[in-house]
Amino acid sequence: MSATMNRVGLPRDAYKGAATTLCAGCGHNSITNHMIKALYELGVEPHRLAKMSGIGCSSKTPAYFVETAHGFNGVHGRMPALTTGAQLANRQLIMLGVSGDGDTASIGLGQFMHMIRRNIDCTYIIEDNGTYGLTKGQFSATADLGSVQKKGAVNTFQPIDPCAVALTLGCSFVARSFSGDGKQVVPLIKAAIAHRGTAVLDIISPCVTFNDHDGSTKSYSWVKDHEESIADVSFIPFFEEVHVDYEPGTVRDVELHDGSHIVLKKLGEDHDPTDRRAAMKVIEEGRAAGHLVTGLLYLDTTMDDFATTEHIPDRPLVELGEDELRLTKDQFAQFMSEFA
Amino acid sequence: MAEFAGLGYYAEVPVVIFDIQRIGPSTGLPTRTSQADIGFAYTLSHGDTKHLVLLPGTVEECYEFARDAFDYADRFQTPVFVLSDLDLGMNLWMTPEFKYPEKPFDRGKVLTKADLERLAGEWARYRDADGDGVPYRTLPGTDHPAAGYFTRGSGHDEHARYTESAEAYAANMDRLLRKLETARATLPAPVIDETSRSPIGLIAFGSTHAAVVEARQALAAGRRPVDYLRVRALPLSKQVEEFVSRHDRVYVVEQNRDGQVYDLIRLALPPALVGRLRSIRHYDGQPIPADAIIEPLLESEAVPA
Repeated sequence: MSATMNRVGLPRDAYKGAATTLCAGCGHNSITNHMIKALYELGVEPHRLAKMSGIGCSSKTPAYFVETAHGFNGVHGRMPALTTGAQLANRQLIMLGVSGDGDTASIGLGQFMHMIRRNIDCTYIIEDNGTYGLTKGQFSATADLGSVQKKGAVNTFQPIDPCAVALTLGCSFVARSFSGDGKQVVPLIKAAIAHRGTAVLDIISPCVTFNDHDGSTKSYSWVKDHEESIADVSFIPFFEEVHVDYEPGTVRDVELHDGSHIVLKKLGEDHDPTDRRAAMKVIEEGRAAGHLVTGLLYLDTTMDDFATTEHIPDRPLVELGEDELRLTKDQFAQFMSEFA
Repeated sequence: MAEFAGLGYYAEVPVVIFDIQRIGPSTGLPTRTSQADIGFAYTLSHGDTKHLVLLPGTVEECYEFARDAFDYADRFQTPVFVLSDLDLGMNLWMTPEFKYPEKPFDRGKVLTKADLERLAGEWARYRDADGDGVPYRTLPGTDHPAAGYFTRGSGHDEHARYTESAEAYAANMDRLLRKLETARATLPAPVIDETSRSPIGLIAFGSTHAAVVEARQALAAGRRPVDYLRVRALPLSKQVEEFVSRHDRVYVVEQNRDGQVYDLIRLALPPALVGRLRSIRHYDGQPIPADAIIEPLLESEAVPA
């Protein structure tokens, strides 16, 4: 039996990477699988994909999917700078960044914030486990106040919520999900890729070795008991026909830049994902109630991305030669004469 | 910054960094000049690292080196530091008119889709295919299944795959050193003036040049002509050692406290030549005047060796 091919003629195996070296059961491995599924189903051409990361368990994962794509495992917390440069050099690339809570909320917080301010066209996934797994389980900056370390220490500091930070800075796509919820994560990853601008996707991803015990608010059991999805998420890519046959008033349908659609079926109270204040309220109310609110929190498809704002041509800068980049001899002489 | 410089060196990413040196350390005298970032820039990073450094001595060279730095960065796939200083970079200077750039861009060893087809996809990102230490690369977006690779600052084999293999690490570090040797022979050569046929030589670089020109005129007028070598790049050209070997005493003039380039030259010389080197240093934040060269030189020459 031959493998099923996607729209660019590739089998699912073409989206796999090297074998993972993370712990068995790590939430990050699930997210890797969700990315493989999303990229395969979207039919992303591997040569157009740029996998970007910083340092940490999360940042190792780009080696574990789409082996033939370009990848860049850079410096701790500075993936946004590399992504900005690569994106400007070639706007045709699909920038897929994978970061962690340490990489994003501690050493890389400044970079994270300025990437959002500029609305760099990239998907920025935070594999968020609230702990420094590579250095044996210290609290990270996303660990909740009062949460308990494996050996009993209680966190005395306020958490940084990457989604709240992103919303404050005007991020054009903010979502939260859970590594164990593939039904929600996969369409969110697809929508993030289809979105033109910075798409922040904070995925709670339990660390089975250091942060999966009672007293942790990033464990499998805690998230299962406290997850509150604001809407069912479906993604309809631009190459498929839109069929929405829900009851009127029960769904929201947002068209993305490439003609794809994200369709949200409300579950409880209706959340308008284009209302930033409503998104803040949902996060705050969730926090007060001790819930992990997941889903697409906020989306703005009207904001220009950085390359557009900066008038970067569609043709990759790396392809431009002397003809396009150099002054003519006359222009040069004119320029020199201004200093005489 | 140091981490990125090390990443650029080890992952072999072309980048050009301009450092218009002000006087440090720390905030120092932020509106005053110096040449004290040489040692810092040359080895910037943790781990064994050496960068290419260009040392323009005139405004015209600032212009030319700015252009050429990008070619060197692409040719050698490594960071290039262009070290100007506040005196050269912010004060007004007379300069000959800049020349129109006639040379095409040098993008270095970049494999295109057609190249990969010709090679049937057989290539390795960090393999020394030509024996000059400089590997081949592809650019992201190249439409060929063999084009992609995983750039990383962690240990890697020829195919850019993660490894902690002792052999692979040492072989890669040795290749980086070969690349540095290739660059050494390619970067701007020193400018040498030995017309005075003097047993005394001066070595200087950067904005010290203007003071050296004036000092040499004054010294020649006082019947003490001196030869001159102006360093224009690091790693040091072999011509520096040859110049020292042709002179009895060589004064290295620079605008920093520690004699940073004096130290680099001493390290590069065979032991028999080291004793010929002397150091003249100027480090008060003001541009170096000719007297700051003439006086210590004459004083040193007055003392029997």
